Amino acid sequence: MSEKILLTARFDKVNPLSIDDYLSFNGYSALQKAVKMNREDIINEIKESRLTGRGGAAFPVHIKMSSVAREKGDKILICNADEGEPGNFKDRYLMEKDPHQVLEGMIISAFAVGATKAYIYIRGEYRNSIDIMKHAIEEARLHGFLGKSILETNQSLDIEIRRGCGAYVCGEEFALIESIEGKAGRTRVKPPYPTQKGAFNLPTLINNVETFANLPHIINMSGKKYSEIGSKNATGTKLISLSGNVKNKGLYEVEYGTTIRYVVEVLGKGPKNNRKIKMVQLGGASGPIIPEELLDMEIDNESFHIFNSKMASGAVIVMDDSHDLFDVIYRNMTFFAHESCGKCAPCREGHTQIVRLVKKFVNREASMKDYNSLKSLAHVIHESTLCGLGQTSPTSILSTIEYFPDEYMRKVAYRKERGF
Amino acid sequence: MNIWINDVKIEAFEGETILEAAKRNNINIPTLCHYPELHINSDCRVCVVEVEGSWSLKTSCSTPVRDGMKIRTNTPKVLNARKTVVELLLSNHDANCTNCTRNLNCELQSLAATVGIDESRFESVLEKVDLDVNNPSLVRNPNRCIKCGRCVDVCANMQGKHVLERIGRGHEMEIRPAFSQNIDTLTCTLCGQCANVCPVGAILEKDNTDLVWEKLNDPNTFVMVQVAPAVRVTVGEAFDCEGEIMNVGKLVTALKKMGFNHVYDTDFTADLTIVEEGNELLKRIKDGGTLPLFTSCCPGWINMAEQDYPEILPHISSCKSPQQMFGALAKSYFAEKHNMDPKNIYVVSIMPCTAKKYEAQRVEMMLYDERPDVDVVLTTRELIKMLKQMGIDFGQMEETEFDDPFGITTGAGAIFGASGGVAEAAMRTLYEIVNKKPLENLDFKDVRGLEGIKETTVKLGEKDVKVAVAHTLKKAKVLVEQAIRGESPYTFIEIMACPGGCIGGGGQPYGTTNEVRMKRMESLYVIDGSMVYRKSHENPSIIKLYEDYLGEANSEKAHHLLHTHYHSRN
Repeated sequence: MSEKILLTARFDKVNPLSIDDYLSFNGYSALQKAVKMNREDIINEIKESRLTGRGGAAFPVHIKMSSVAREKGDKILICNADEGEPGNFKDRYLMEKDPHQVLEGMIISAFAVGATKAYIYIRGEYRNSIDIMKHAIEEARLHGFLGKSILETNQSLDIEIRRGCGAYVCGEEFALIESIEGKAGRTRVKPPYPTQKGAFNLPTLINNVETFANLPHIINMSGKKYSEIGSKNATGTKLISLSGNVKNKGLYEVEYGTTIRYVVEVLGKGPKNNRKIKMVQLGGASGPIIPEELLDMEIDNESFHIFNSKMASGAVIVMDDSHDLFDVIYRNMTFFAHESCGKCAPCREGHTQIVRLVKKFVNREASMKDYNSLKSLAHVIHESTLCGLGQTSPTSILSTIEYFPDEYMRKVAYRKERGF
Repeated sequence: MNIWINDVKIEAFEGETILEAAKRNNINIPTLCHYPELHINSDCRVCVVEVEGSWSLKTSCSTPVRDGMKIRTNTPKVLNARKTVVELLLSNHDANCTNCTRNLNCELQSLAATVGIDESRFESVLEKVDLDVNNPSLVRNPNRCIKCGRCVDVCANMQGKHVLERIGRGHEMEIRPAFSQNIDTLTCTLCGQCANVCPVGAILEKDNTDLVWEKLNDPNTFVMVQVAPAVRVTVGEAFDCEGEIMNVGKLVTALKKMGFNHVYDTDFTADLTIVEEGNELLKRIKDGGTLPLFTSCCPGWINMAEQDYPEILPHISSCKSPQQMFGALAKSYFAEKHNMDPKNIYVVSIMPCTAKKYEAQRVEMMLYDERPDVDVVLTTRELIKMLKQMGIDFGQMEETEFDDPFGITTGAGAIFGASGGVAEAAMRTLYEIVNKKPLENLDFKDVRGLEGIKETTVKLGEKDVKVAVAHTLKKAKVLVEQAIRGESPYTFIEIMACPGGCIGGGGQPYGTTNEVRMKRMESLYVIDGSMVYRKSHENPSIIKLYEDYLGEANSEKAHHLLHTHYHSRN
């Protein structure tokens, strides 16, 4: 298994600023098909495709869709394009290279769940993406794919772009919803879930850009056909944002089941200057750091179960042997300390303390007591914070305690040997 | 449905949380940010439990029960998480417990004891900042704030004011007014509900006890004190003898022991308020004046009206609050009667309220020498503090009567302390004045209790007069906005800023929940039922005051002393 071209098929071929160009590539054909189907059938196709969310949590998409479809009254659709996770740039490519693919997926979803108002929440720094998506929305409206009675149906849909203001936590669904409502980006307690009470307290379907981009393909090829792509544990393709110490950095689309080694060594061509791979961080700053020996792990939804983590966001950050593990962890933790919204106690105060503890390892001042405190604190943050930020932020620590225990002990021994 | 908590099978109900089910079955799960009647934020993460099948810990305050759920409240994982959270909170908290008003009465302190903190693993990261003291009522001490969010919630969702907010993010997140301002009198009503729900000493009433001790020990000053209706049913809570009628007598004795020359009852000027306000209402009805008429006893409400609803000001009764009527009379009627110079009279009032501290400092409330008519206001909590400083064993006090001439009071004055009480007292008086016949049933039960907006109708002559009562500022807004739109069906509207009225005031003892509010209310109605006089206009001292001094209700003299005016602060 290797590269499989689905979502990126039109990249660099289609003009992102031309809907006519998109139409000439069979664009909006899935929507034409979907408007003739009934709601349950659309959702059923997605159920058969076994599509999971591509934002990070890999939640089955049809479950969210059917719970929103079940609700009555006004409903909201949100496309999460906040893409704040360090090391990820796939959503940006999707929006800038083939914007109508995303829009088509959103309009199909709106049909399936009966939403009439949609938002695309785009990371503030992505000015280019914002311009292109705005242009695409305008063109889609002129062609009757948006607005009132889309393609002569009863369905109407209006898509509005909301620009993020630089908070990482706004990629978390409820913080994003609060931000759309004009409030500070701080999460809410669950339940109720967004599908029950989301933006403006209305039932809300919120999905990642890549998730939406998959929908036209599922409708076009049928859910069953789609489910044959990928592996036993996950269907379809995955966009991989490959960065770090490899020769060929960039965006790749691979089938689920592809090994990380294939991505790093075959697609990325490995590290420069004959250096060795020391570690690879998966999913971004909030993902696990694994040693070279584990690169044969397959990219799917189950492999990272040990860290209660999924690699759905698809970042692969390669670090060669010139890097110190604790420099990396320290950077990760200062990032999270800065990005914590401050609402819940273990995240707000915990990250401050975890930065101080990691700093001791960086400075080779850590004692065994510090090691125990770090381990305990990482577990508490992981297990008891309110939202996904704190639940995933210590993954780099928890995974390296597992796979790089010697690194920790070496730092502790340094202090011990010098007797302070 | 059935759930298992620590292997014990218990019955649980659809829609309830793990915490609620546990509580009903006497299983104790420690909490911190959770507070009855407030929204569940689950910000502190102290109440976490382990639920079988879930890798993450669940906050019991927010997690609904599921049939067959297996919950553990005391695994090492849970205990460690709880302890760690408290250690983390302490690492950014000015934990100088002996130097804190809340010492031995602090929820964080008792929680630290519960989870068994011995030595914290985390260094203090507290960066001390200045206190917020630029208002007459409240002191905000950010160094003690543990960001539990209760004050934010009470301000936004109970009072609809949104003065306190979470500002900034991460470690720098702080709870304070918008734009990093301090609490001021332009936006905050100073109702003090934030101080009442704060689990630590991060928001406190401004302490004026030192001033009072000083005056009590000054031989040249005649110090008199007035006690608000709602104080007598709560002060006993701090001494394990809860609000019964006998506390009034005990309180008088205790205050005398502290050195107050005269001890008076604000219930008296509550009666006076009813006579003045009642006549104002009748005049407005007769002359086609601005209606509905809103009550004016609650300074939190007056603050909101002046801040947010200047259009409503003509609707508000011009009567001063009972506290201020007392101050004015003390320095006029009383001084003249006893041949004293008002300069030498020092008036202390003991109120359930933090906003009263602001009210006493208003320029309209200074009749003599630009000195406040009421010199200093203490909250119930400050009174309790002074009683403890004195070493007074409240329960052992004998009972003494209030002093004259402001000592004879009625049940109508007493119920001012509960939401609906002013309206009920007014209806008792208005009915008899207008209909010129005795009212058979004195109890207007429709306006009692904790319902947010209550209403009733009273027959005055041929007219059915509709009366409404609202407590909490959020509910008040509903009636105010209705009146501004010109759609109010009511003639008379009572507003109290605090939930339950003054018995739930911001200066009352900690731990005010609806259960406690009901208890305090009931005590007031017991007092009401036991009084010789239950109607304000029948109070012989009030009758005498008019005969001797004021002339008649709404007379020129009465206007000079007992009425005021409001202005927009918008």
